[in-house]
Amino acid sequence: MSRRQKDILIWIGTFLVMLVICMPGLWVVLSAFRPNGEILTKPAVWIPRDLSWDNFRAIFGFGDAVVAIPVGSYFLNSLIISVTSTVVAVVIGMSGGYAFARYRFPGKGAAFLWLMLSRCVPGIALSLPLFIMWSWTGLIDTKLGVIIVYTAINVPFTVWLTEGFFRQVPRDLSEAAQIDGCTPWQAFWKVEFPLAKSGIASAAIFAFLTSWNEYALASQLTRSTDSKTLPVGLMDFTAQFTIDWAGMSAMAVIIIIPALVLTFLVQKHLIAGLTFGGVKG
Amino acid sequence: MSRLRRFLRDNAVPLALLSPAVLVILLVVLLPLLFSLYTSFSNYRLIRPESLWDVVWFRNYLRVLGDGDFWAALGRTVLFLTLVLNLEMLLGLGLALMVNRLTFGQRTMRTIMMFPMMFSPILVGFQFKYMFNDTIGVVNNALQSLGLTSHAIPFLVDRWLAFASIAIAEIWMSTSIFAILILAGLFAMPRDPVEAARVDGCTNWQVFRHITLPFLMPFIYIAMTIRSLDVARAYDIVDVMTGGGPAGRTELLWTLIARTAYDDSRMGQANAMAYVSILLSIFFTWYFFRKLMAARKHLGVF
Repeated sequence: MSRRQKDILIWIGTFLVMLVICMPGLWVVLSAFRPNGEILTKPAVWIPRDLSWDNFRAIFGFGDAVVAIPVGSYFLNSLIISVTSTVVAVVIGMSGGYAFARYRFPGKGAAFLWLMLSRCVPGIALSLPLFIMWSWTGLIDTKLGVIIVYTAINVPFTVWLTEGFFRQVPRDLSEAAQIDGCTPWQAFWKVEFPLAKSGIASAAIFAFLTSWNEYALASQLTRSTDSKTLPVGLMDFTAQFTIDWAGMSAMAVIIIIPALVLTFLVQKHLIAGLTFGGVKG
Repeated sequence: MSRLRRFLRDNAVPLALLSPAVLVILLVVLLPLLFSLYTSFSNYRLIRPESLWDVVWFRNYLRVLGDGDFWAALGRTVLFLTLVLNLEMLLGLGLALMVNRLTFGQRTMRTIMMFPMMFSPILVGFQFKYMFNDTIGVVNNALQSLGLTSHAIPFLVDRWLAFASIAIAEIWMSTSIFAILILAGLFAMPRDPVEAARVDGCTNWQVFRHITLPFLMPFIYIAMTIRSLDVARAYDIVDVMTGGGPAGRTELLWTLIARTAYDDSRMGQANAMAYVSILLSIFFTWYFFRKLMAARKHLGVF
Protein backbone atom coordinates (compact mmCIF):
# COMPACT_ATOMS: atom_id res chain seq x y z
CA MET A 1 0.00 0.00 0.00
CA SER A 2 1.46 3.31 -1.04
CA ARG A 3 1.83 6.20 1.34
CA ARG A 4 -0.83 8.16 -0.51
CA GLN A 5 -3.38 5.34 -0.19
CA LYS A 6 -2.66 5.06 3.51
CA ASP A 7 -3.24 8.81 4.00
CA ILE A 8 -6.58 8.58 2.22
CA LEU A 9 -7.62 5.60 4.37
CA ILE A 10 -6.76 7.50 7.53
CA TRP A 11 -8.80 10.46 6.27
CA ILE A 12 -11.81 8.26 5.54
CA GLY A 13 -11.53 6.61 8.96
CA THR A 14 -11.35 9.98 10.70
CA PHE A 15 -14.28 11.28 8.67
CA LEU A 16 -16.42 8.29 9.71
CA VAL A 17 -15.58 8.86 13.37
CA MET A 18 -16.48 12.55 13.05
CA LEU A 19 -19.74 11.61 11.38
CA VAL A 20 -20.66 9.37 14.30
CA ILE A 21 -19.78 12.18 16.70
CA CYS A 22 -21.95 14.70 14.87
CA MET A 23 -24.87 12.31 14.47
CA PRO A 24 -26.79 13.14 17.68
CA GLY A 25 -26.74 16.85 16.86
CA LEU A 26 -27.72 16.30 13.25
CA TRP A 27 -30.59 14.08 14.35
CA VAL A 28 -32.10 16.95 16.35
CA VAL A 29 -31.63 19.33 13.42
CA LEU A 30 -33.40 16.85 11.14
CA SER A 31 -36.26 16.44 13.63
CA ALA A 32 -36.79 20.19 13.64
CA PHE A 33 -38.01 19.92 10.05
CA ARG A 34 -40.28 16.91 10.56
CA PRO A 35 -43.89 17.04 11.69
CA ASN A 36 -44.58 15.77 15.20
CA GLY A 37 -46.78 13.01 13.76
CA GLU A 38 -43.92 11.51 11.83
CA ILE A 39 -41.63 11.59 14.87
CA LEU A 40 -44.20 9.74 16.98
CA THR A 41 -45.16 7.12 14.38
CA LYS A 42 -44.65 3.45 15.17
CA PRO A 43 -42.89 1.65 13.56
CA ALA A 44 -40.32 4.37 13.08
CA VAL A 45 -40.12 6.27 9.81
CA TRP A 46 -36.46 6.27 8.86
CA ILE A 47 -36.51 8.23 5.61
CA PRO A 48 -38.16 11.61 6.30
CA ARG A 49 -41.19 11.99 4.02
CA ASP A 50 -42.10 15.62 4.37
CA LEU A 51 -39.64 18.20 5.56
CA SER A 52 -40.91 21.73 6.13
CA TRP A 53 -40.41 24.93 8.09
CA ASP A 54 -43.76 24.38 9.86
CA ASN A 55 -42.23 23.85 13.30
CA PHE A 56 -40.35 27.13 13.11
CA ARG A 57 -43.44 28.95 11.89
CA ALA A 58 -45.42 27.41 14.74
CA ILE A 59 -43.07 28.39 17.56
CA PHE A 60 -42.86 31.95 16.29
CA GLY A 61 -46.65 32.10 16.16
CA PHE A 62 -47.24 32.00 12.40
CA GLY A 63 -48.95 29.23 10.48
CA ASP A 64 -51.73 26.86 11.39
CA ALA A 65 -50.37 25.03 14.40
CA VAL A 66 -49.76 27.67 17.05
CA VAL A 67 -47.57 26.91 20.01
CA ALA A 68 -48.27 29.08 23.02
CA ILE A 69 -44.64 29.63 23.85
CA PRO A 70 -43.24 33.15 23.38
CA VAL A 71 -40.02 32.08 21.69
CA GLY A 72 -39.63 35.52 20.14
CA SER A 73 -39.31 37.30 23.47
CA TYR A 74 -37.07 34.55 24.89
CA PHE A 75 -34.79 35.05 21.92
CA LEU A 76 -34.72 38.80 22.43
CA ASN A 77 -34.04 38.39 26.17
CA SER A 78 -31.20 35.97 25.46
CA LEU A 79 -29.69 38.33 22.91
CA ILE A 80 -29.88 41.43 25.14
CA ILE A 81 -28.57 39.60 28.19
CA SER A 82 -25.72 37.81 26.40
CA VAL A 83 -24.49 40.79 24.39
CA THR A 84 -24.61 43.26 27.29
CA SER A 85 -22.94 40.94 29.78
CA THR A 86 -20.26 40.00 27.24
CA VAL A 87 -19.37 43.60 26.45
CA VAL A 88 -19.23 44.59 30.10
CA ALA A 89 -17.29 41.47 31.11
CA VAL A 90 -14.72 41.98 28.35
CA VAL A 91 -14.13 45.62 29.30
CA ILE A 92 -13.81 44.80 33.00
CA GLY A 93 -11.79 41.64 32.36
CA MET A 94 -9.45 43.40 29.95
CA SER A 95 -8.65 46.09 32.46
CA GLY A 96 -7.99 43.43 35.12
CA GLY A 97 -5.94 41.29 32.74
CA TYR A 98 -3.85 44.32 31.81
CA ALA A 99 -3.18 45.08 35.47
CA PHE A 100 -1.97 41.51 36.06
CA ALA A 101 0.15 41.45 32.91
CA ARG A 102 1.85 44.85 33.23
CA TYR A 103 2.14 45.82 36.89
CA ARG A 104 3.76 44.41 39.98
CA PHE A 105 1.86 44.87 43.18
CA PRO A 106 1.83 43.12 46.55
CA GLY A 107 -0.55 40.16 46.78
CA LYS A 108 -0.70 39.75 43.01
CA GLY A 109 -0.39 35.97 43.03
CA ALA A 110 -3.01 35.55 45.74
CA ALA A 111 -5.41 37.95 44.00
CA PHE A 112 -5.12 36.00 40.78
CA LEU A 113 -5.73 32.69 42.54
CA TRP A 114 -8.82 33.99 44.35
CA LEU A 115 -10.21 35.39 41.13
CA MET A 116 -9.87 32.00 39.48
CA LEU A 117 -11.29 30.16 42.50
CA SER A 118 -14.45 32.25 42.27
CA ARG A 119 -15.06 30.45 38.99
CA CYS A 120 -15.20 27.09 40.85
CA VAL A 121 -18.49 27.79 42.56
CA PRO A 122 -21.16 25.63 40.90
CA GLY A 123 -23.97 27.68 39.38
CA ILE A 124 -26.67 25.95 41.37
CA ALA A 125 -24.84 26.60 44.65
CA LEU A 126 -24.54 30.27 43.77
CA SER A 127 -28.18 30.44 42.73
CA LEU A 128 -29.45 29.81 46.27
CA PRO A 129 -28.17 33.01 47.92
CA LEU A 130 -28.58 35.04 44.72
CA PHE A 131 -32.20 33.97 44.50
CA ILE A 132 -32.89 35.33 47.99
CA MET A 133 -30.81 38.50 47.59
CA TRP A 134 -32.26 39.30 44.18
CA SER A 135 -35.79 38.82 45.55
CA TRP A 136 -35.03 41.35 48.29
CA THR A 137 -33.57 43.91 45.90
CA GLY A 138 -36.18 43.40 43.20
CA LEU A 139 -33.59 42.19 40.70
CA ILE A 140 -35.32 38.83 40.40
CA ASP A 141 -36.95 38.22 37.04
CA THR A 142 -35.29 41.25 35.45
CA LYS A 143 -32.80 41.27 32.60
CA LEU A 144 -30.52 43.52 34.65
CA GLY A 145 -30.33 40.93 37.43
CA VAL A 146 -29.21 38.21 35.02
CA ILE A 147 -26.78 40.56 33.24
CA ILE A 148 -25.01 41.39 36.51
CA VAL A 149 -24.65 37.72 37.38
CA TYR A 150 -23.37 36.72 33.93
CA THR A 151 -20.89 39.58 33.90
CA ALA A 152 -19.42 38.35 37.16
CA ILE A 153 -19.14 34.71 36.12
CA ASN A 154 -17.42 35.73 32.88
CA VAL A 155 -14.89 38.11 34.40
CA PRO A 156 -12.40 35.55 35.81
CA PHE A 157 -11.96 33.68 32.55
CA THR A 158 -11.69 36.94 30.59
CA VAL A 159 -9.00 38.18 32.97
CA TRP A 160 -7.13 34.91 32.57
CA LEU A 161 -7.23 34.88 28.76
CA THR A 162 -6.43 38.56 28.21
CA GLU A 163 -3.63 38.47 30.78
CA GLY A 164 -1.90 35.73 28.76
CA PHE A 165 -2.20 37.79 25.59
CA PHE A 166 -1.11 41.12 27.05
CA ARG A 167 1.95 39.41 28.49
CA GLN A 168 3.02 38.37 25.00
CA VAL A 169 2.95 41.96 23.75
CA PRO A 170 6.46 43.32 24.40
CA ARG A 171 6.54 46.06 26.99
CA ASP A 172 8.96 48.12 24.85
CA LEU A 173 6.31 48.82 22.24
CA SER A 174 4.12 50.81 24.56
CA GLU A 175 7.14 52.61 26.04
CA ALA A 176 8.40 53.51 22.57
CA ALA A 177 4.99 54.89 21.65
CA GLN A 178 4.96 57.01 24.80
CA ILE A 179 8.42 58.38 24.04
CA ASP A 180 7.08 59.33 20.62
CA GLY A 181 4.45 61.43 22.33
CA CYS A 182 1.48 59.14 22.92
CA THR A 183 -0.41 59.33 26.19
CA PRO A 184 -0.48 56.01 28.08
CA TRP A 185 -4.10 55.58 26.96
CA GLN A 186 -3.21 56.18 23.29
CA ALA A 187 -0.27 53.79 23.58
CA PHE A 188 -2.59 51.12 24.91
CA TRP A 189 -5.38 51.73 22.43
CA LYS A 190 -3.22 52.08 19.31
CA VAL A 191 -0.39 49.65 20.02
CA GLU A 192 -1.15 47.04 22.65
CA PHE A 193 -4.86 46.52 22.05
CA PRO A 194 -4.53 45.62 18.33
CA LEU A 195 -1.76 43.15 19.13
CA ALA A 196 -3.84 41.37 21.77
CA LYS A 197 -6.95 41.43 19.62
CA SER A 198 -7.20 37.69 18.98
CA GLY A 199 -7.06 37.00 22.71
CA ILE A 200 -9.73 39.58 23.39
CA ALA A 201 -11.88 38.17 20.60
CA SER A 202 -11.65 34.65 21.99
CA ALA A 203 -12.43 35.92 25.49
CA ALA A 204 -15.51 37.66 24.09
CA ILE A 205 -16.69 34.51 22.33
CA PHE A 206 -16.25 32.39 25.42
CA ALA A 207 -18.16 34.94 27.46
CA PHE A 208 -20.95 35.14 24.91
CA LEU A 209 -21.29 31.37 24.64
CA THR A 210 -21.29 30.97 28.43
CA SER A 211 -24.10 33.52 28.79
CA TRP A 212 -26.02 32.27 25.78
CA ASN A 213 -25.97 28.66 27.03
CA GLU A 214 -26.27 29.14 30.81
CA TYR A 215 -29.16 27.39 32.47
CA ALA A 216 -28.66 26.59 36.17
CA LEU A 217 -28.69 30.22 37.36
CA ALA A 218 -31.15 31.54 34.81
CA SER A 219 -33.66 28.80 35.62
CA GLN A 220 -33.93 30.15 39.19
CA LEU A 221 -33.48 33.87 38.60
CA THR A 222 -36.00 34.26 35.77
CA ARG A 223 -39.65 33.34 35.64
CA SER A 224 -41.61 35.36 33.10
CA THR A 225 -41.25 36.61 29.55
CA ASP A 226 -39.57 39.72 31.03
CA SER A 227 -36.31 37.89 31.50
CA LYS A 228 -36.56 34.19 30.59
CA THR A 229 -33.78 33.13 28.25
CA LEU A 230 -33.88 30.51 25.49
CA PRO A 231 -32.34 27.64 27.52
CA VAL A 232 -34.92 28.19 30.27
CA GLY A 233 -37.68 28.52 27.69
CA LEU A 234 -36.75 25.15 26.24
CA MET A 235 -38.25 23.56 29.34
CA ASP A 236 -41.64 25.09 28.46
CA PHE A 237 -42.08 22.32 25.91
CA THR A 238 -42.01 19.70 28.66
CA ALA A 239 -45.48 19.42 30.08
CA GLN A 240 -46.40 16.97 32.82
CA PHE A 241 -46.92 13.99 30.56
CA THR A 242 -46.25 15.12 27.03
CA ILE A 243 -43.36 16.68 25.23
CA ASP A 244 -43.63 18.56 21.96
CA TRP A 245 -40.52 16.99 20.43
CA ALA A 246 -40.80 18.75 17.07
CA GLY A 247 -41.22 22.19 18.64
CA MET A 248 -38.41 21.52 21.06
CA SER A 249 -36.12 20.46 18.21
CA ALA A 250 -36.93 23.63 16.30
CA MET A 251 -36.12 25.72 19.34
CA ALA A 252 -32.90 23.75 19.81
CA VAL A 253 -31.87 24.73 16.28
CA ILE A 254 -32.61 28.37 17.08
CA ILE A 255 -30.35 28.16 20.13
CA ILE A 256 -27.53 26.44 18.21
CA ILE A 257 -27.39 28.69 15.14
CA PRO A 258 -25.91 31.86 16.69
CA ALA A 259 -23.37 29.78 18.62
CA LEU A 260 -22.50 27.85 15.46
CA VAL A 261 -22.08 30.91 13.26
CA LEU A 262 -20.02 32.74 15.85
CA THR A 263 -17.73 29.81 16.54
CA PHE A 264 -17.06 29.15 12.86
CA LEU A 265 -16.39 32.82 12.15
CA VAL A 266 -13.72 33.05 14.78
CA GLN A 267 -12.50 29.51 15.25
CA LYS A 268 -8.94 30.47 14.32
CA HIS A 269 -8.91 32.92 17.23
CA LEU A 270 -10.63 30.37 19.41
CA ILE A 271 -7.89 27.77 19.08
CA ALA A 272 -5.16 30.40 19.42
CA GLY A 273 -6.93 31.75 22.50
CA LEU A 274 -7.23 28.36 24.12
CA THR A 275 -3.68 27.28 23.45
CA PHE A 276 -1.77 30.50 24.08
CA GLY A 277 -3.85 31.95 26.85
CA GLY A 278 -4.23 28.60 28.53
CA VAL A 279 -0.96 26.80 27.95
CA LYS A 280 1.67 29.46 28.12
CA GLY A 281 -0.16 31.67 30.59
CA MET B 1 -2.95 54.33 58.35
CA SER B 2 -0.04 55.94 56.58
CA ARG B 3 1.13 52.52 55.42
CA LEU B 4 -2.22 51.89 53.82
CA ARG B 5 -2.13 55.29 52.18
CA ARG B 6 1.33 54.61 50.81
CA PHE B 7 0.25 51.22 49.51
CA LEU B 8 -2.67 52.86 47.73
CA ARG B 9 -0.53 55.62 46.30
CA ASP B 10 2.22 53.29 45.06
CA ASN B 11 -0.19 50.91 43.38
CA ALA B 12 -2.90 53.31 42.30
CA VAL B 13 -2.91 52.33 38.63
CA PRO B 14 -3.14 48.53 38.94
CA LEU B 15 -5.63 48.85 41.79
CA ALA B 16 -7.83 51.13 39.74
CA LEU B 17 -7.64 48.78 36.77
CA LEU B 18 -8.49 45.78 38.93
CA SER B 19 -11.22 47.34 41.00
CA PRO B 20 -14.18 46.80 38.62
CA ALA B 21 -13.36 43.08 38.37
CA VAL B 22 -12.95 42.76 42.13
CA LEU B 23 -16.11 44.75 42.79
CA VAL B 24 -18.38 42.73 40.54
CA ILE B 25 -17.05 39.45 41.95
CA LEU B 26 -17.46 40.70 45.50
CA LEU B 27 -21.07 41.58 44.75
CA VAL B 28 -22.11 38.48 42.83
CA VAL B 29 -19.88 35.74 44.25
CA LEU B 30 -18.33 36.59 47.60
CA LEU B 31 -21.22 38.43 49.25
CA PRO B 32 -23.79 35.78 48.28
CA LEU B 33 -21.41 33.05 49.46
CA LEU B 34 -21.02 34.72 52.85
CA PHE B 35 -24.77 35.03 53.05
CA SER B 36 -25.27 31.39 52.14
CA LEU B 37 -22.64 30.43 54.70
CA TYR B 38 -24.78 32.17 57.30
CA THR B 39 -28.00 30.56 56.07
CA SER B 40 -26.35 27.16 56.24
CA PHE B 41 -26.25 27.73 60.03
CA SER B 42 -29.88 28.82 60.16
CA ASN B 43 -33.19 27.10 59.87
CA TYR B 44 -34.14 29.25 56.89
CA ARG B 45 -37.16 28.15 54.89
CA LEU B 46 -38.36 30.11 51.87
CA ILE B 47 -41.99 29.98 52.97
CA ARG B 48 -41.23 31.39 56.44
CA PRO B 49 -39.04 34.52 56.03
CA GLU B 50 -38.68 35.08 59.79
CA SER B 51 -36.88 31.72 60.10
CA LEU B 52 -33.80 33.43 58.63
CA TRP B 53 -32.94 34.63 62.16
CA ASP B 54 -33.37 31.17 63.65
CA VAL B 55 -29.73 30.14 64.10
CA VAL B 56 -29.33 26.40 64.57
CA TRP B 57 -25.52 26.23 64.29
CA PHE B 58 -24.39 22.87 62.97
CA ARG B 59 -27.77 21.15 62.87
CA ASN B 60 -28.06 21.44 59.08
CA TYR B 61 -24.61 19.98 58.59
CA LEU B 62 -25.25 17.15 61.04
CA ARG B 63 -28.57 16.41 59.37
CA VAL B 64 -26.94 16.42 55.94
CA LEU B 65 -24.12 14.16 57.10
CA GLY B 66 -26.62 11.75 58.59
CA ASP B 67 -28.73 11.68 55.46
CA GLY B 68 -28.47 8.55 53.32
CA ASP B 69 -29.72 10.35 50.20
CA PHE B 70 -26.95 12.90 50.52
CA TRP B 71 -24.20 10.29 50.74
CA ALA B 72 -25.73 8.37 47.83
CA ALA B 73 -25.79 11.55 45.73
CA LEU B 74 -22.25 12.48 46.76
CA GLY B 75 -20.95 9.00 45.94
CA ARG B 76 -22.75 9.08 42.61
CA THR B 77 -21.27 12.51 41.84
CA VAL B 78 -17.71 11.44 42.61
CA LEU B 79 -18.15 8.24 40.60
CA PHE B 80 -19.65 10.28 37.76
CA LEU B 81 -16.78 12.79 37.73
CA THR B 82 -14.08 10.12 37.86
CA LEU B 83 -15.65 8.05 35.12
CA VAL B 84 -16.51 10.95 32.85
CA LEU B 85 -13.23 12.87 33.15
CA ASN B 86 -11.13 9.77 32.50
CA LEU B 87 -13.16 8.61 29.53
CA GLU B 88 -13.18 12.12 28.06
CA MET B 89 -9.41 12.25 28.44
CA LEU B 90 -8.86 8.87 26.73
CA LEU B 91 -11.31 9.57 23.91
CA GLY B 92 -9.95 13.08 23.44
CA LEU B 93 -6.40 11.72 23.28
CA GLY B 94 -7.50 9.19 20.65
CA LEU B 95 -9.25 11.84 18.59
CA ALA B 96 -6.30 14.22 18.77
CA LEU B 97 -3.80 11.54 17.72
CA MET B 98 -6.05 10.59 14.84
CA VAL B 99 -6.52 14.15 13.57
CA ASN B 100 -2.80 14.79 14.03
CA ARG B 101 -1.99 11.94 11.60
CA LEU B 102 -4.02 13.50 8.79
CA THR B 103 -1.88 14.85 5.99
CA PHE B 104 -4.65 16.83 4.31
CA GLY B 105 -8.06 18.23 5.22
CA GLN B 106 -6.99 18.62 8.83
CA ARG B 107 -8.53 22.05 9.30
CA THR B 108 -11.96 20.82 8.20
CA MET B 109 -11.81 17.87 10.56
CA ARG B 110 -10.80 20.11 13.42
CA THR B 111 -13.81 22.30 12.75
CA ILE B 112 -16.16 19.30 12.62
CA MET B 113 -14.63 18.03 15.84
CA MET B 114 -15.66 21.22 17.62
CA PHE B 115 -19.32 20.76 16.73
CA PRO B 116 -20.42 19.39 20.14
CA MET B 117 -18.66 22.23 21.97
CA MET B 118 -21.22 24.70 20.64
CA PHE B 119 -24.16 22.87 22.20
CA SER B 120 -25.37 24.22 25.49
CA PRO B 121 -25.59 21.56 28.23
CA ILE B 122 -29.34 21.92 28.37
CA LEU B 123 -29.53 21.12 24.65
CA VAL B 124 -27.24 18.13 25.04
CA GLY B 125 -29.52 16.85 27.77
CA PHE B 126 -32.61 17.36 25.65
CA GLN B 127 -30.96 15.74 22.63
CA PHE B 128 -30.02 12.59 24.48
CA LYS B 129 -33.35 12.44 26.27
CA TYR B 130 -34.93 12.48 22.84
CA MET B 131 -32.58 9.79 21.51
CA PHE B 132 -32.88 7.49 24.51
CA ASN B 133 -36.66 7.87 24.83
CA ASP B 134 -38.25 4.44 25.24
CA THR B 135 -41.06 4.86 22.72
CA ILE B 136 -39.86 7.29 20.08
CA GLY B 137 -36.10 7.43 20.70
CA VAL B 138 -33.83 6.71 17.76
CA VAL B 139 -31.73 4.28 19.80
CA ASN B 140 -34.67 2.09 20.72
CA ASN B 141 -36.11 2.35 17.22
CA ALA B 142 -32.83 1.25 15.70
CA LEU B 143 -32.45 -1.67 18.10
CA GLN B 144 -35.98 -2.82 17.35
CA SER B 145 -35.69 -2.36 13.58
CA LEU B 146 -32.54 -4.44 13.62
CA GLY B 147 -34.36 -7.08 15.64
CA LEU B 148 -31.88 -6.91 18.51
CA THR B 149 -34.60 -6.46 21.09
CA SER B 150 -38.32 -7.06 20.98
CA HIS B 151 -39.37 -4.60 23.67
CA ALA B 152 -38.30 -1.02 24.34
CA ILE B 153 -35.36 -0.61 26.69
CA PRO B 154 -36.16 1.96 29.42
CA PHE B 155 -32.83 3.78 29.19
CA LEU B 156 -33.86 6.69 31.39
CA VAL B 157 -35.76 4.67 33.98
CA ASP B 158 -33.39 1.88 34.93
CA ARG B 159 -30.87 2.98 37.57
CA TRP B 160 -27.63 2.09 35.81
CA LEU B 161 -28.84 2.64 32.26
CA ALA B 162 -29.95 6.14 33.20
CA PHE B 163 -26.59 6.82 34.86
CA ALA B 164 -24.82 5.56 31.73
CA SER B 165 -27.05 7.65 29.46
CA ILE B 166 -26.25 10.80 31.43
CA ALA B 167 -22.54 9.96 31.34
CA ILE B 168 -22.72 9.46 27.57
CA ALA B 169 -24.36 12.87 27.15
CA GLU B 170 -21.70 14.51 29.29
CA ILE B 171 -18.87 12.74 27.45
CA TRP B 172 -20.32 13.69 24.07
CA MET B 173 -20.43 17.32 25.12
CA SER B 174 -16.92 17.67 26.50
CA THR B 175 -14.59 15.23 24.77
CA SER B 176 -13.76 17.77 22.06
CA ILE B 177 -12.36 20.20 24.64
CA PHE B 178 -9.79 17.55 25.57
CA ALA B 179 -9.16 16.75 21.91
CA ILE B 180 -8.52 20.41 20.97
CA LEU B 181 -6.15 21.05 23.86
CA ILE B 182 -4.24 17.81 23.35
CA LEU B 183 -4.02 18.58 19.64
CA ALA B 184 -2.51 21.94 20.52
CA GLY B 185 0.08 20.01 22.53
CA LEU B 186 0.84 17.73 19.59
CA PHE B 187 1.37 20.76 17.35
CA ALA B 188 3.78 22.28 19.84
CA MET B 189 5.82 19.11 20.24
CA PRO B 190 9.42 19.22 18.99
CA ARG B 191 10.20 16.60 16.32
CA ASP B 192 13.83 15.88 17.19
CA PRO B 193 13.38 13.60 20.21
CA VAL B 194 10.87 11.45 18.32
CA GLU B 195 13.21 11.05 15.36
CA ALA B 196 16.18 10.37 17.61
CA ALA B 197 14.22 7.67 19.41
CA ARG B 198 13.24 6.06 16.12
CA VAL B 199 16.87 6.03 14.96
CA ASP B 200 17.71 4.27 18.21
CA GLY B 201 15.16 1.60 17.31
CA CYS B 202 12.19 2.46 19.54
CA THR B 203 8.83 1.00 18.56
CA ASN B 204 5.83 3.24 17.94
CA TRP B 205 4.44 2.32 21.35
CA GLN B 206 7.71 3.12 23.12
CA VAL B 207 7.90 6.52 21.40
CA PHE B 208 4.35 7.26 22.43
CA ARG B 209 4.74 6.02 26.00
CA HIS B 210 8.08 7.65 26.81
CA ILE B 211 8.21 10.77 24.63
CA THR B 212 4.82 11.87 23.33
CA LEU B 213 2.74 11.15 26.41
CA PRO B 214 5.00 12.89 28.98
CA PHE B 215 5.09 15.91 26.71
CA LEU B 216 1.29 15.93 26.46
CA MET B 217 0.70 15.60 30.20
CA PRO B 218 0.63 19.38 30.96
CA PHE B 219 -1.91 19.84 28.19
CA ILE B 220 -4.03 17.02 29.57
CA TYR B 221 -3.95 18.59 33.05
CA ILE B 222 -4.88 21.99 31.61
CA ALA B 223 -7.91 20.37 30.01
CA MET B 224 -8.72 18.66 33.33
CA THR B 225 -8.42 21.97 35.20
CA ILE B 226 -10.65 23.81 32.71
CA ARG B 227 -13.16 20.98 32.81
CA SER B 228 -13.34 20.73 36.57
CA LEU B 229 -14.18 24.44 36.64
CA ASP B 230 -17.45 23.83 34.85
CA VAL B 231 -18.12 20.20 35.58
CA ALA B 232 -21.15 21.23 37.63
CA ARG B 233 -22.84 22.07 34.35
CA ALA B 234 -23.82 18.40 34.39
CA TYR B 235 -26.68 19.74 36.53
CA ASP B 236 -28.34 21.00 33.35
CA ILE B 237 -28.05 17.62 31.66
CA VAL B 238 -29.42 15.65 34.60
CA ASP B 239 -32.19 18.17 35.20
CA VAL B 240 -33.56 17.87 31.69
CA MET B 241 -32.88 14.14 31.15
CA THR B 242 -34.19 12.55 34.31
CA GLY B 243 -34.71 15.39 36.80
CA GLY B 244 -32.72 13.25 39.25
CA GLY B 245 -35.43 10.65 39.18
CA PRO B 246 -37.04 8.24 38.95
CA ALA B 247 -37.24 8.20 42.75
CA GLY B 248 -33.85 9.88 43.14
CA ARG B 249 -31.96 7.11 41.38
CA THR B 250 -29.89 9.48 39.22
CA GLU B 251 -29.67 12.28 41.74
CA LEU B 252 -26.28 14.03 41.65
CA LEU B 253 -25.23 16.44 44.36
CA TRP B 254 -26.31 19.47 42.32
CA THR B 255 -29.83 18.28 41.54
CA LEU B 256 -30.28 17.26 45.17
CA ILE B 257 -29.36 20.83 46.22
CA ALA B 258 -31.89 22.32 43.80
CA ARG B 259 -34.61 19.98 44.98
CA THR B 260 -33.96 20.62 48.67
CA ALA B 261 -33.89 24.39 48.17
CA TYR B 262 -36.69 25.06 45.73
CA ASP B 263 -39.06 22.09 45.98
CA ASP B 264 -38.75 21.41 49.71
CA SER B 265 -37.89 25.11 50.36
CA ARG B 266 -35.31 24.12 52.98
CA MET B 267 -32.74 26.80 52.14
CA GLY B 268 -30.57 26.27 55.22
CA GLN B 269 -30.02 22.61 54.57
CA ALA B 270 -29.54 23.17 50.83
CA ASN B 271 -26.86 25.75 51.54
CA ALA B 272 -25.06 23.30 53.81
CA MET B 273 -25.02 20.82 50.91
CA ALA B 274 -23.99 23.56 48.49
CA TYR B 275 -20.91 24.19 50.61
CA VAL B 276 -19.97 20.54 50.29
CA SER B 277 -20.33 20.80 46.51
CA ILE B 278 -18.21 23.97 46.39
CA LEU B 279 -15.47 22.22 48.35
CA LEU B 280 -15.69 19.29 45.95
CA SER B 281 -15.25 21.59 42.94
CA ILE B 282 -12.37 23.42 44.55
CA PHE B 283 -10.74 20.11 45.43
CA PHE B 284 -10.92 18.79 41.86
CA THR B 285 -9.61 22.06 40.41
CA TRP B 286 -6.82 22.34 42.97
CA TYR B 287 -5.81 18.70 42.45
CA PHE B 288 -5.45 19.05 38.68
CA PHE B 289 -3.78 22.45 39.00
CA ARG B 290 -1.15 20.89 41.28
CA LYS B 291 -0.66 18.07 38.78
CA LEU B 292 -0.30 20.67 36.02
CA MET B 293 2.39 22.54 37.88
CA ALA B 294 4.26 19.31 38.65
CA ALA B 295 4.08 18.21 35.02
CA ARG B 296 5.35 21.58 33.81
CA LYS B 297 8.25 21.48 36.24
CA HIS B 298 9.03 17.91 35.23
CA LEU B 299 9.26 18.88 31.57
CA GLY B 300 11.09 22.10 32.30
CA VAL B 301 10.00 23.60 29.01
CA PHE B 302 7.32 26.06 30.07
